[in-house]
Amino acid sequence: MEALFSILIGVFFAAAVYLMLSKFLVRILLGVAIFGNAVNLLLFTAGRLVPEVPPIIAAGLDRQLAVTANPLPQALILTAIVISFSFFAFLLVLSYRAFQDLKTDNVNEMRVAEPAAEAAPPTGY
Amino acid sequence: MATPAASAIDLSKALVLAPAPLDSWLVVLPVAWCLLAGAVLLMLRKKVAAQPFLAVAALLVLVVLDALLLWTVATGGPVTMVMGRWLPPFGIAFTVDLTGALFALTSSLIALAGGLYAAGDIGASGRRYGFYPFLLLLMAGVSGTFLTGDIFNLYVWFEVLLIASFGLLVLGSEPRQIDGAVKYAFLNLVATTLFLIAVGYLYGLFGTLNMADIAVKAAERRAELPLMVLATLFVLAFGMKAAAFPVNFWLPASYHTPRIVVAALFAGLLTKVGVYSLVRVMVMLFPVEGEALSFVVAAVATATMIYGALAAIGQSDIRRLLGYLVISGIGVMLAGVAVGGPGGVGGALFYALHSMVVMTALYMAAGVAGRLAGTFDLNAAGGLYGKAAYFSALSLVLFLAVAGMPPFSGFWPKVMVAKAAIDIGAWWLAAAVLGSGFLTTIAVGRVWTLAYWRPSARSTVIDAAPGASALVPLSLLAAVSVLVGLFPDLLLTQIQAAAALLSEPSAYVNSVFPEAGR
Repeated sequence: MEALFSILIGVFFAAAVYLMLSKFLVRILLGVAIFGNAVNLLLFTAGRLVPEVPPIIAAGLDRQLAVTANPLPQALILTAIVISFSFFAFLLVLSYRAFQDLKTDNVNEMRVAEPAAEAAPPTGY
Repeated sequence: MATPAASAIDLSKALVLAPAPLDSWLVVLPVAWCLLAGAVLLMLRKKVAAQPFLAVAALLVLVVLDALLLWTVATGGPVTMVMGRWLPPFGIAFTVDLTGALFALTSSLIALAGGLYAAGDIGASGRRYGFYPFLLLLMAGVSGTFLTGDIFNLYVWFEVLLIASFGLLVLGSEPRQIDGAVKYAFLNLVATTLFLIAVGYLYGLFGTLNMADIAVKAAERRAELPLMVLATLFVLAFGMKAAAFPVNFWLPASYHTPRIVVAALFAGLLTKVGVYSLVRVMVMLFPVEGEALSFVVAAVATATMIYGALAAIGQSDIRRLLGYLVISGIGVMLAGVAVGGPGGVGGALFYALHSMVVMTALYMAAGVAGRLAGTFDLNAAGGLYGKAAYFSALSLVLFLAVAGMPPFSGFWPKVMVAKAAIDIGAWWLAAAVLGSGFLTTIAVGRVWTLAYWRPSARSTVIDAAPGASALVPLSLLAAVSVLVGLFPDLLLTQIQAAAALLSEPSAYVNSVFPEAGR
């Protein structure tokens, strides 16, 4: 099961990196979204995939008798999902603003902060 | 084992039953205080006149808290507090050792200076937009990073400070800021996600996220686990956060775009957070793997130092020049980490603390210079010395400090790193440290001759003297640099103790697991 998931995560990462290497902001954004999900799956798999027994102790017992799923990776993923979602929302707005203000979604043409034809530094006193 | 319902539960195995002593609360107070003060400032953000006073008062309290924490840690050793009373490694632990406390105190000093400077730099609209709440939130993230003892928690604080830095970076919403923010945001998000990948693997290997627990288990199970992969991933992620050479391009793309006080805070805080985490992982958690990677890190350090200094010489905008000097300084810290040992690690820590203070002050000085000269362009600026002699003297102190000249604070850490490099026979690394210092001297010397010494060529002279809100924090930071340069002994003993504690973390581990006696 873990091996299958590893392959799936690899596919996710490949797609994410391919998209993030694009020059266009929307594709980079999609890449970032897939990247975040690839990492979530990775966290999930790193916690090992075990039978679907919930880690809940039944009434009247004081410990769990069966082998249960590890709840910690799921807590980590929950945190990571919240963070990556809020970042994605911010990046989405930022990209839209960039498209409005800079009139381009091609990162090669975003040269406002670092102008291509900047004056050379002075060569003499 | 399975005696349902009948077995008596020994809670003391899992929970801290005694109430936490007062000095434990001090461990979490800097973070809690920043969050609280940030929330209050957010509610009061329409009261633009009161904002700076409240924020500076809150930051003063933060400095006092961090100073108390440093005093506690320096006299009594590392302190741990766990969240929700769960014993480590189950609960999230905040563990402070000397390194964390020193970084936390320095970062709070910088934030205080930034808060003072912002009183004159950030106008009413910036305050309404929420400059001060963002600053406090940034400090919550930075303090959390320095104080936490849990590696996933470290990731969370990274994200907290990152999202706060986004808010600060786009303050003003000019097109060039949006441009810089796009590059900064995407590349930093990739860096923190790489960090998260490493954390995921780490949990998969160790089944724990507590740093002390990891340090112990890594030493026990080194042979069977692929720790080299893990360490390499961490080094890549933190190297990217620290703006080391091949993965540094988010920094020069963005650091010159925001309000100058924001750039000053970023230069002092963000990259150093990456260096701190790198030291934590390479020296404390995975020392053997860190040692194996040291040649790679040394090569990266050399490239970073020389690239940063050379690129700084080639800039015509003072702010962009300073961005490259930040990068060059990161190279010196990485060189110290690569060399290792008390001298190398101590030198790296010392240089990081020095760089936090001096780079922040330099950006502030650049802000004043830009306002006085009416431009940040070295081709056009001039005549600053004639206009503001005291400010120019302060700037000269900072220029010499960043170049590593005695008697200022940049001198001693460079000596430590260079000496440690020569001691292990890495003469080329020592040569790179000295060479980058020489190139930095040229870069800042050019700023001094062109913008300060040269008579002003402009006919429209802007004749506003620098205000107290700029000169007070500048003088404060320059005084710190001079004092540390003149009397390095006190700080040096603490830093050597901190470096020793990092490479032999038994005190750190004992603070987290007092009963285990490991």
